[in-house]
Amino acid sequence: MQPILELNRVSKEYRIGRDARRDETFRELVLRKLRSPLSALRGAGSLLGPRDQSFWALRDVSFDVAPGEVVGVIGRNGAGKSTLLKIASRITDPTSGSITVRGRMASLLEVGTGFHPELTGRENIYMNGAILGMRKAEIVRQFDEIVAFAEVDRFLDTPVKHYSSGMYVRLAFSVAAHLQPEILIVDEVLAVGDIAFQKKCLGKMSDVSHGGRTVLFVTHNMAAVENLCQRCVVLERGQIIFNGPAKAAVQQYLNSGRTRGGTGHVVDLSHAVTRRSLVAPLLKRLEFYTDGDSPLTEGIAIGARFKVRIYFELPTPTTSFNIGLGFNNALGQRVFTAHSFFEPNRHSGMLVGAQVFSCEIPSLTFVPGDYWLRVWLDIGNTEADFIDDAAQFTVIESDYYGTGKSPWNGAFVLKHRWYLEPALKQADAISSHAALVPEIADG
Amino acid sequence: MSVSSFEFTIRPHKGWQPINFREIALYRELLAFLVWRDVKIRYRQTLLGGLWAVLQPLVAMYIFTFVFHRLAGVDGDGVPYPLFAFAGLAPWIFFSTSVQQSSTSLLANQQLVSKIYFPRLFIPLGAIGALLLDLLLSLCLFGALMLWYHFPVTVSIVWLPACIVAALLAAAGVGLTLAALNVSFRDIKYALPFVLQMGIFVTPVIYPMRYIPPDWQWLMGLNPMAGVVLGFRHALLGTEVSWPLMGASFASSLLLFVGGLLIFARMERRFADVI
Repeated sequence: MQPILELNRVSKEYRIGRDARRDETFRELVLRKLRSPLSALRGAGSLLGPRDQSFWALRDVSFDVAPGEVVGVIGRNGAGKSTLLKIASRITDPTSGSITVRGRMASLLEVGTGFHPELTGRENIYMNGAILGMRKAEIVRQFDEIVAFAEVDRFLDTPVKHYSSGMYVRLAFSVAAHLQPEILIVDEVLAVGDIAFQKKCLGKMSDVSHGGRTVLFVTHNMAAVENLCQRCVVLERGQIIFNGPAKAAVQQYLNSGRTRGGTGHVVDLSHAVTRRSLVAPLLKRLEFYTDGDSPLTEGIAIGARFKVRIYFELPTPTTSFNIGLGFNNALGQRVFTAHSFFEPNRHSGMLVGAQVFSCEIPSLTFVPGDYWLRVWLDIGNTEADFIDDAAQFTVIESDYYGTGKSPWNGAFVLKHRWYLEPALKQADAISSHAALVPEIADG
Repeated sequence: MSVSSFEFTIRPHKGWQPINFREIALYRELLAFLVWRDVKIRYRQTLLGGLWAVLQPLVAMYIFTFVFHRLAGVDGDGVPYPLFAFAGLAPWIFFSTSVQQSSTSLLANQQLVSKIYFPRLFIPLGAIGALLLDLLLSLCLFGALMLWYHFPVTVSIVWLPACIVAALLAAAGVGLTLAALNVSFRDIKYALPFVLQMGIFVTPVIYPMRYIPPDWQWLMGLNPMAGVVLGFRHALLGTEVSWPLMGASFASSLLLFVGGLLIFARMERRFADVI
């Protein structure tokens, strides 16, 4: 069968300079054009110096999607997922290569695109539907269903600026969920809303996939990938490193990071590819230690001491800077955030230049598994430097509870106690039973 | 829409692009929605609402009548000066507001540009479409003014629809060009208000053509709004016009519109990366 979506050596190049040229005024353009003959000469003069700094967000990405297939695209931040989505949804052009699309396509890069706060819920349904590519007749036909799915019927004629954020997201997602294209391109829109609604959305999405619709789904949520996708493409640094069954792809994704970071207890951050710097690459190095200040190299036992030293630089004298550490589990879920901002006895005073900041967790009680560390530096109100998946470490089993039994589930281990209360058992059983019966009868 | 036969290829676009009329036709309902949205939100949470549409030309008419007619002695080509001024101000205000709103429309709708695809052309065109309603409202007010002055309607009123189309073309031509340029060059924001303020003086909005030396009148043919303003006045008040001048001015409107479309289509592919 002919593929419904055919990517053929899709590449996208961004000029580093272009970003800086965002707010170029006409005068600057003229000056640059005047200077460019000179810079061209300069470039030709030295063979070593690259003339134009550029980076490939995507490089020769080729894969096919068959009709009715649900294909996931996973990869770390900066791997090129968003660029791929933007090209496939025609928001931006590829630099080279092509995508052949054989069907009606709709893309959902965010929920509520085109929602206007001044318009009522009813008006926004029409507006948003039209923007997503629905025809008026389609919207009219599905209107009641959209409203029912979003559970906002009482507020239909209220401007959405008065909605709670949950209602807003529900309404926005509901419109999107009722799109009926042959090909649906979805970004991590499921990362919003309350848990119950997320489940409902996931359900709706698998309806979509079982309805013979083709879906290209980009996400960090590994559980969703394994649930919904048959096949998965793993991107790393703009290239495909794996294309195959979803389960194997998730494994590959988790492994792909393991090679990063460095060996031993010292992680050099100077070449981190997942960095997003607003100011400069100020975060330099991480060092990990465990009990007795011994270097943490392989794994850390449940409940052991966890200490990380962060080497960084402050470019200008400041009293207000903070460092955050985000601990993500293998599914990309944040299990814990440590932030210097929470420290009551923080050093205060003017600092500048190279600094070392340490964070100590007396007892790290995560369940066994792999964890990824996100580290960021705030200066004032600016997120000056930010590295996703800066380092990885493994929590290994230990006899935390003193019973020889290891925890295997959940996110944390917490000291807890169990004990029987024989004196209460008779009375309690009866009263709780009695309380349940009328409730069931009501329902 | 024939779904199964729908096939297209996404590939790099370089240089000048043809206008994709097929796609514009496909998305036409969205243009109507964008116009409708702009109309809905423009006067929300205002006390006077739609009255603002007619208040602007009305107040301008009184001020210009006082300053130019009473103080400076400018005459209205044989028609009551307030009518003369209003017939020029209505299309001029439509043009200048349209150009202002459409030139900032892409920046105001950044979210749409960077998160979803549809013909981007619709964003500035939607802004202009919504202002067309204001123009129609002010024309209704003009009807009332004509009754007040007991001024008769002439057969030249049949030209009115053509004049409205010409005004749309001129506004869209300038608006599309500036909207596209504004994404990369924020200079537009500073230059435009000044240029529009001067524009009212190089267009025969508040004075009759007679005031321009005959040798220089042809220059007005280069000004697309000159033809529009003279046309409106001819259609509404039956004043005399020079047809060659009108033809030249209409031709420059059309040229501007086609040029605007082409410039927009050429720059469009960079919007999401630059905005």
